[in-house]
Amino acid sequence: MFRNQYDSDVTVWSPQGRLHQVEYAMEAVNLGSATVGLKSKTHAVLIALKRASSELSAYQKKVINIDEHIGITISGLTADARILSRYMRTECLNYKYSHDTVLPLNRLISTLGNKMQVCTQRYDRRPYGVGLLVAGFDDKGAHIYQTCPSANYYDCKAMSIGARSQSARTYLEKKIDELHNAPLEDLIKHGLRALRDTLPPEVDLNTKNVSIGFVGDKQPFKILDEDETAPFLALIEGEERRGGGGGPPDAAAAPLRDEAGDQDAPREPVPQVAMDTD
Amino acid sequence: MFDPTSNPPPFWQNGPAPGAFYNFPNTKSGPSDEFQHSQAPITTATSIVAIKYATGVIIAGDLLGSYGSLARYRNCPRVLQVNENIILGAGGDYGDFQYIKNFIEQKIVQEECLDDGFKLKPKSLYCWLTRVMYSCRSKFDPLWNNLVIGGIQDGEPFLGTVDKLGTAFTDKIICTGYGAHIAVPLLREAMEKNPNMSKDEAKALVEKSMEVLFYRDARSFPKYQVAIIDQNEGSVIEGPLVVKQNWSLAHMISGYN
Repeated sequence: MFRNQYDSDVTVWSPQGRLHQVEYAMEAVNLGSATVGLKSKTHAVLIALKRASSELSAYQKKVINIDEHIGITISGLTADARILSRYMRTECLNYKYSHDTVLPLNRLISTLGNKMQVCTQRYDRRPYGVGLLVAGFDDKGAHIYQTCPSANYYDCKAMSIGARSQSARTYLEKKIDELHNAPLEDLIKHGLRALRDTLPPEVDLNTKNVSIGFVGDKQPFKILDEDETAPFLALIEGEERRGGGGGPPDAAAAPLRDEAGDQDAPREPVPQVAMDTD
Repeated sequence: MFDPTSNPPPFWQNGPAPGAFYNFPNTKSGPSDEFQHSQAPITTATSIVAIKYATGVIIAGDLLGSYGSLARYRNCPRVLQVNENIILGAGGDYGDFQYIKNFIEQKIVQEECLDDGFKLKPKSLYCWLTRVMYSCRSKFDPLWNNLVIGGIQDGEPFLGTVDKLGTAFTDKIICTGYGAHIAVPLLREAMEKNPNMSKDEAKALVEKSMEVLFYRDARSFPKYQVAIIDQNEGSVIEGPLVVKQNWSLAHMISGYN
């Protein structure tokens, strides 16, 4: 039943100095659909790939606004993300109420990190099974932060998390030098291309499965709706996809499903999922 | 004295009954659920005079701590630098001011410990003090002060005030206490004639107001401090400055005995 003798409790160390439950929680992030965050000196952009849990359901929301100046995308357990986003919203509101100004990103992330860390050190808790990309703009400029179930957080120039996100990171690493001075439109294009690299060849981005959010100086965090997303998708349409994907341009893009096989092949037998991930 | 053959004297006599210390007659014993908050300040400081000029803010306050009408303490500084971009002045209860000063300093230290390059802004401190003052008055336990917050935010001078009830506003001219009656008209007149005052003009004007207040306000004192924060020159606290007194007219005043 157990993979290993030392993973029955979050607080139990393995002799190799590892906390297996925390590491398993990190895997929950890789089950969610991919999401990309990137920034220039003026803007921070989040791009997310949405999935629908069935033919009959709507696409699950992936980008959440936190405050005027902050938004997040999630990968992993959606329910856990809801709790974390509620916490972040409360923190931002309280700070605004008492200080009449927006909460600096690094302070929000460090209090969030402290909250998440508690769950990795108590036997009656479990780590949050969700990774976040946090985009924001404050007096110190644009920021992209990544948070993990292990309660680590990283200040990034660009980052991608979720299923098959390695391909997006590879793209971003190649383009990293162009990002700093890029205008908002180019930033979104790079984000879309990076996200497209995570897709299997038979799937393409469309207005239903892509969600775009951005924030900048004097630009409150904005999530684009389907009509507003379309022009940006048009900008990268027809470009040759890396990895030889792309398929015939007029083939109707198959909607992404949890069971659509767009995730990494299971490394070993996986039990029935206890909770939906997105 | 002590006779071992007779009965020993009572071990405990003429004292309170065990378990009931100080059981005086005709008083209720046991804890009371009544509680009275202070309803008046004790050691007080008088007016604060503050104006915003073209590139900065000046806040002045004298050094007297009054005990009622008694000029009790003669060296009570009540203008201070909070950080690089905030100055603060306070009138009212001096003990409450020291308490407020203490937790503002704590807040600054906490922020410095974060070491993230963010510094408290004047508007943030003003908002925060408003919340503090209002929450205290809502517990019927007000901090008995008038606070004046000045500073530079986003390259612009800022001047605001909060009173003991949590009433807060910003203005170009702010005077508290007796100064609100005596100094405000003087400052307004000068400000109307010269809306974009230089630092030296503004300073001269504040010094003039402190002089007039010293003559008119019976709870004032000739020694005072001035805090100045300027876009270009940063912040300083000057003083103690002294009002040049001239009582040569005094012998002509009669009819007030």
